[in-house]
Amino acid sequence: MTASAQQLSLFQNYFSDSYSYNELLGDDGSLRPHWQTFFNSFSQLGPDQIKEREQDILRFLKENGVTYNVYGDDAGHTRPWHLDMIPFLISEPEWQKIEAGLIQRATLLDIILKDIYGERLLIKEGLLPLDLIYNHAGFLRQCSGIKLPGNKSLVLYAADLARSPDGKIWVLNDRTQAPSGSGYALENRLAIARILPELFSGLKVRHLSPYFIELRNALQNMAPAKNPNPRIVILTPGPRNETYFEHSYLSSYLGYTLVQGEDLMVKDNHVWLKTLGGLEKVDVIIRRVDDIFCDPLELKDDSHLGVSGLLQAVRSGNVAIANPLGSSILENPGLMGFLPRIARRLLGEDLLLPTIASWWCGEPRALKYVLDNIKTLVIKKIYKESNRSTTVNAAELSNENLEKLKQDMLARPFLYVGQEKISFSSTPSILNGRIEPRNVLFRSFLVGNNDGYTCMTGGLGRTSAEPGNFVISNQMGGFSKDTWIISPEPGYTLSTNRDVLKTKTPVQSAVLPSHTAENLFWVGRYAERVLGNARFQRSVMQLVIEGNRLQFENDIITEQLLLKALTARTYTWPGFTDPKGTEKFDNPWPELSDIIFNTERQGSLSYNFSLFTKAVNMVRDHWSTDTWRVLKGMEDDWEEAAKSQLTNFRMVGALDSLITSMVAFIGLNRESISREQGWTLLDTGRKMEQSLLLISMLQATITDVHSEEVTYNLLEAVLKSNETLMNYRYKYKVHIQLPQVLDLMLMDPNNPRSLIYQLDRLKAYLSGLPKSEQNGHSLEKQERLILEAYTLLQLADKSRWTIPDEKTGTYKYLADLLADLATLLLAIPDVISRKYFKHAHGQKQLFAVEEYPVI
Amino acid sequence: MVEYHITHKTEYHYQEPIGLCQNIARLIPRSFEGQRCIHSEMKIAPNPDVYNRYDDFFGNHVTYYAIEQEHKKLTVLVESHVQIVKKQVEWNAMPKMAWEDAIRLLATDAANNAEILQFVPQTFMTTISREVKEYAQPSFPPGRPLFEAVYELMQRIYKDFEFKSGLTTVATPVNMVLNLRKGVCQDFAHLAIACLRSMGLPARYMSGYIETIKTPGKEKLVGADASHAWFSVFIPGKGWVDFDPTNNQIPTFQHITVAWGRDYADIAPLKGVIHSSRPHKLSVAVTVKRVAG
Repeated sequence: MTASAQQLSLFQNYFSDSYSYNELLGDDGSLRPHWQTFFNSFSQLGPDQIKEREQDILRFLKENGVTYNVYGDDAGHTRPWHLDMIPFLISEPEWQKIEAGLIQRATLLDIILKDIYGERLLIKEGLLPLDLIYNHAGFLRQCSGIKLPGNKSLVLYAADLARSPDGKIWVLNDRTQAPSGSGYALENRLAIARILPELFSGLKVRHLSPYFIELRNALQNMAPAKNPNPRIVILTPGPRNETYFEHSYLSSYLGYTLVQGEDLMVKDNHVWLKTLGGLEKVDVIIRRVDDIFCDPLELKDDSHLGVSGLLQAVRSGNVAIANPLGSSILENPGLMGFLPRIARRLLGEDLLLPTIASWWCGEPRALKYVLDNIKTLVIKKIYKESNRSTTVNAAELSNENLEKLKQDMLARPFLYVGQEKISFSSTPSILNGRIEPRNVLFRSFLVGNNDGYTCMTGGLGRTSAEPGNFVISNQMGGFSKDTWIISPEPGYTLSTNRDVLKTKTPVQSAVLPSHTAENLFWVGRYAERVLGNARFQRSVMQLVIEGNRLQFENDIITEQLLLKALTARTYTWPGFTDPKGTEKFDNPWPELSDIIFNTERQGSLSYNFSLFTKAVNMVRDHWSTDTWRVLKGMEDDWEEAAKSQLTNFRMVGALDSLITSMVAFIGLNRESISREQGWTLLDTGRKMEQSLLLISMLQATITDVHSEEVTYNLLEAVLKSNETLMNYRYKYKVHIQLPQVLDLMLMDPNNPRSLIYQLDRLKAYLSGLPKSEQNGHSLEKQERLILEAYTLLQLADKSRWTIPDEKTGTYKYLADLLADLATLLLAIPDVISRKYFKHAHGQKQLFAVEEYPVI
Repeated sequence: MVEYHITHKTEYHYQEPIGLCQNIARLIPRSFEGQRCIHSEMKIAPNPDVYNRYDDFFGNHVTYYAIEQEHKKLTVLVESHVQIVKKQVEWNAMPKMAWEDAIRLLATDAANNAEILQFVPQTFMTTISREVKEYAQPSFPPGRPLFEAVYELMQRIYKDFEFKSGLTTVATPVNMVLNLRKGVCQDFAHLAIACLRSMGLPARYMSGYIETIKTPGKEKLVGADASHAWFSVFIPGKGWVDFDPTNNQIPTFQHITVAWGRDYADIAPLKGVIHSSRPHKLSVAVTVKRVAG
């Protein structure tokens, strides 16, 4: 088959509706020139390869953890990112026009923003209506009159663009608050470049990296006091935010610390980052939190996402924010109609990019037009209300709702805008291996530096979920597309990780924000809890399977003791200790399965696993790609296992693979977490948990005196579930006996699973934590505690461990020792949490409106 | 000319030491035609580590202070010396312009009247509901002079509503006050402002103090030992005219203005953030003493 014949077969089902512009085919039905080279390469893939690569893209994105969170999903589920393998193509000559238009628009919006928070001449001269600005929820009077250090107020700008039926590119929306998507655009490019490198052949595709280089320069330049080495942080609302993936992705890519509001504080009119080692001054904040949530003192007083006093630091000129607080005023569809006049007056130019026709209802004539033609229009509010869409297609409303909308519009007309409906152009998309037309829009990104604006040569394309659907939203599904700016000249260029960010100045040393440190500590604890419990559960289950179902008295006792120990150790009471529940011993499997898979049950393996994944997601920018792949695989496998009805034997298998993956996760981290103190914190959590688990296992199994055979069985189980049976046999070459087991598990410094080994590591880790200055050379509290525990164990009289106490029927000396050790160890997390993780309590409004008397 | 010496003392007692406390105060009286703040001083104990002063969007004096060392008690004492020009309410001198014409007049030069018109739109604390509009309407028959209409609205609020503290807070919605028919000064001010805005008129929320010493032959005014609130309306040809619905009067020289804004939220006298989970105790004392006039 010739290339053209292949191309023909590719498109035999490609029908686009005639109302919207066809990106692919000209009026005569032939491929537009800038698509030709692309489809020459594409058609050579063949149908099988296309399907395969589609799967590869899915896998690539999943393994890289590219997600988009869906609001209102309390389970915290993330939606995988969908990427169409066919990019959206824009030819270089056309792009140059678009780029010029975007730069002009950004320049204009920047001037408007400065004026709104400055002299407000546009209002005084009648170029902007007061009602359009003063009634907008994003007009923050608290920000008025603040002089910003840089000469651009609108540092980050994004615009949603689409092509209308006449072939022109239109601006649909301006994004000025905290524009999202640049990170997704970059990730899309990396995915396509990795999975489909041959598509670039013969094409000159513009790089994305100049945008990011300029972004870094711009942030560097906006630092107050011209600090040559500023500390720049990305402020995120947290893992529940819809674009959290991007926040953490940009944080790693740009090398800036990812922080949440609670990581920062304002002191002495400066913003400080709370780190494990103390406070670090912050110069620039990239803000991904909506502006009114940024300062509970002066803005929204019940916000927990911000930093109280932030506006004071801004006002004092000690911190710069991109974008500045108050910039959401420009996300205002009512502005659109006023821009052409303002452009002519302020720039002496006509707008290069047309905007979608809009009628702001604050003007009586516009209101009348909108009401008369309401069914042909889309009605929007001038500002967004929380995360609800405020866009209404009036034609789709019931009569009753339409009437209500009209009443609302008449009551407060200045809050509404009517916009014409436009059909976006259609572009080829791959769906289940077939090429189909889908309506497309794309987002462009600009960054403002001293000299002007730089536009990303590319962007984030998005297509509708169904053909002919013009509501395109990530919340509602749909696909994303890489966007290629291509020139017809031949030449192969590819933007990948290799050409990234080279900066002139060194980046600030990485620091560990306190709450990240806390999360890493908990990742360590939960990882070890899952691992330890899984191993113990596995040994108990193996014993139950192999135990020939209670033929001998001793086996019965052993099994019951171990089942009870399992309950005690996993804190899943009453479980097997239920005095009435003897039937649980007759058939332990329902209970065994429950404490493994019942996510709702506290202490179950699934419950702990969910705590583990939650903690992992809180610090996702710390995991390498390999680690992330292991994590995702582990999650998928476990979810699959929990869903299936597994035979007893297969349940053990599920535990096996969980254990293997968790070991891999821990091992990979040891090699890849290089950030300051990150690994130490994670491993401190592990050692802490290992120590406590070992103590509780010994307490539950061998502190009571049993017959020799039962003791033997129990000891074997203990050794097995600590993976120490081989070690024991190698070292002692004797029958399993209590004194030797205790020596191996408690005192042997060469056994990496012994208690003394854990305590020794903890001792080193805890003394490595930053010291309080006033403490001089004396020990910190956590150091004292661990030293006391370590010494207590070292000095213990081994000869008394196995002397039974007649009165209690226990090895009392040993039991007391273990209890004392547990008490000391349990005090440590609390001490380090107060000292290193929580620099302050939760904030509280001092003068709540209810209590201040006004008469 | 009347002169006042005002002391306003606020004290907070915490149950545990507070390491960081950040506050915004609007307690320094502003100066404008008819009122001059001769001197005003804020004393804060413990001594604040950060102390910023600036004017807000509405021209009010703002003080930001932060205490960055542990403390269990915070005292804010403001002493002000304010001079007020005695005004006469000259009924005959009030413009006779109908309220609708006033709205039209302001709208014809919207760009230049921006500073006035910004007080027309409703705010969260002055939400306009059907009930509010229905309550306002009887005072605004077509063609009625604006001053007369507002004066009657003030009288109606004074008559229809019972002064009762403890029932409402500054967060109580206007609609609830309307149902209760009870409230305190800021409720009446918010209600009146919502009514005026529902008619399309610009109205300001005024915050300050009131002289409470009984003057011979007159009733003691409500508002002792605390901040007071009232409202102001823009009357073309006259300017901003104050009304006090709590005392059913037009302030002449016994009201000392500290700040104005669209509603209470714009100009709360004091607000702050501490980092603590335990409750605290608050006490406020205000004295207004006439020193001349």
